[in-house]
Amino acid sequence: MTIVRQISGFVIRDILRSRWSIANTMFFAIATAGLFYLQADSARVAVSISSLSLVFIPLISLIYTAMYYYNSRDFIELILTQPIGRRSVFLGLLLGILISLVAGFITGIGIPYVILGSSDWTDISAVIAVIVIAIALSSIFAALALVAATRCDDRGKGLAVILGMWLVAAVLYDGLVLAAATALAEYPMETPLLIASLANPVDLSRVLFLVHSDMAALMGYTGAVFIRFFDQPIGLVVATVSLLAWFAAPVWYGLRRFNLKDF
Amino acid sequence: MIETKGLTKYFGSFAALRDVSIALHPGRLTGIIGPNGSGKSTLIKCLLGLVRPSDGLVLHNGRLPDTGGSYRAHIGYMPQRATFPGDLTGREVLALVSKLRSEKPHRMDSLIDLFDLHRDLNKRVRTLSGGTRQKLSAVVAGMYDPTLLILDEPTAGLDTGASKVFKGYVSEQLKQGCAVLMTTHIISDLEEMADDIVLLVDGTVSYAGSVRELKLTTDRPLLEAAVAEILQQGAA
Ligand SMILES: Nc1ncnc2c1ncn2[C@@H]1O[C@H](COP(=O)(O)OP(=O)(O)OP(=O)(O)O)[C@@H](O)[C@H]1O
Ligand SMILES: [Mg+2]
Repeated sequence: MTIVRQISGFVIRDILRSRWSIANTMFFAIATAGLFYLQADSARVAVSISSLSLVFIPLISLIYTAMYYYNSRDFIELILTQPIGRRSVFLGLLLGILISLVAGFITGIGIPYVILGSSDWTDISAVIAVIVIAIALSSIFAALALVAATRCDDRGKGLAVILGMWLVAAVLYDGLVLAAATALAEYPMETPLLIASLANPVDLSRVLFLVHSDMAALMGYTGAVFIRFFDQPIGLVVATVSLLAWFAAPVWYGLRRFNLKDF
Repeated sequence: MIETKGLTKYFGSFAALRDVSIALHPGRLTGIIGPNGSGKSTLIKCLLGLVRPSDGLVLHNGRLPDTGGSYRAHIGYMPQRATFPGDLTGREVLALVSKLRSEKPHRMDSLIDLFDLHRDLNKRVRTLSGGTRQKLSAVVAGMYDPTLLILDEPTAGLDTGASKVFKGYVSEQLKQGCAVLMTTHIISDLEEMADDIVLLVDGTVSYAGSVRELKLTTDRPLLEAAVAEILQQGAA
């Protein structure tokens, strides 16, 4: 475990020195500050940031992780010649990337909030919800990107794969589900829609945020279904387990592939 | 002691190594020779656990390598192309390695002196000349006093003086009982230093044994000619 910590410590220092971390933080800081100027209400800003995060956090986490991996192959090869197991290398990389991603995001959103936001509890709880969802999505997509980069030695191919993941999860999925629901409108769609939202971490995060911030009513009929399910303990447990599975599965698979890989 | 048993490696359907069994002994230098692409580097990477064999075994002191890689603590490795994080200085690379191993490298300073690296250690690795990077790689390989040195074309980028210094260092390690595995295309280096030879052709061992025996069986007093003879026999 100390080795994992040392490797992640090195990764964090390495990333903090790079332009990537500054770009990540600045992006969210500027977006948040901009939203405060457009709409003064903190709660509304939280909603806008959450929709922004649902699209951009997966994208940023994917690209950031894969780029870091591809740029660090020399570093990885060097540590693999030392008495250090591959498990530790993989977990150390993932942990270091994740911490720097999340830290950048929290600083980016947090500073404008502290300066411009209200101290009303409901607003703060909305921000906390955004941050929790951001951590979940960063973890899931960083792990997925590390799997893609481990599988594809070719940088171009790896980036194409992760862009595909992002397009499906953050852009197309929602539309496809909606289209399917409309086409099958005469059938009972509650259960299929619930399953569809559990099957995509971005969708699941969106639903959780909307339910949490009492915005699900805006989603009409399906919103009511989701409130009924996710607003009770069992729904929250199912949602949490699903998000954890979305993180654990790529980590488990990535460890296996990384362990079998030729360097 | 380290040995391989029936080591086989496929990259896709291409067999880079086929049924390779070799053994390295303390105090002896084993030279691996063979044409480009014959599998020398792949064999070395299998010993280090960087490449995963498709079949066969690598045994360190009779045991299978552990997943934590602790067997690598006793191996010093110079890769064919030295890879270091390019943004670090030489000094930072050495510090990184000793931090990861959480152990002070007792031989570091004397090796830096030996290869006259002091002036270059504060430059970023990216800006180092090929030979200087190779010397840094030698320091990384030797600074923990390994009992096995694995050297993949170590002298390829070195000037005559540095090459001589390097060979002097290897001889000294051999005298202290270190096992050495070295690939090279410079046969004269092996003529000087090698005790055993492994000749790889298309991933298959076409000769493995002592240099003396090789010269005797081929009836050639020079290693270069003896190797040529074996290659010719194989082609016939
Ligand atoms: N990761 C890899 N994926 C696919 N093929 C590989 C890989 N690594 C090596 N090979 C192939 O395996 C063969 C042996 O390569 P290797 O690097 O071991 O040769 P070598 O004997 O060290 O050659 P050289 O004298 O040029 O250093 C080559 O045909 C090479 O293209
Ligand atoms: Mg080679």
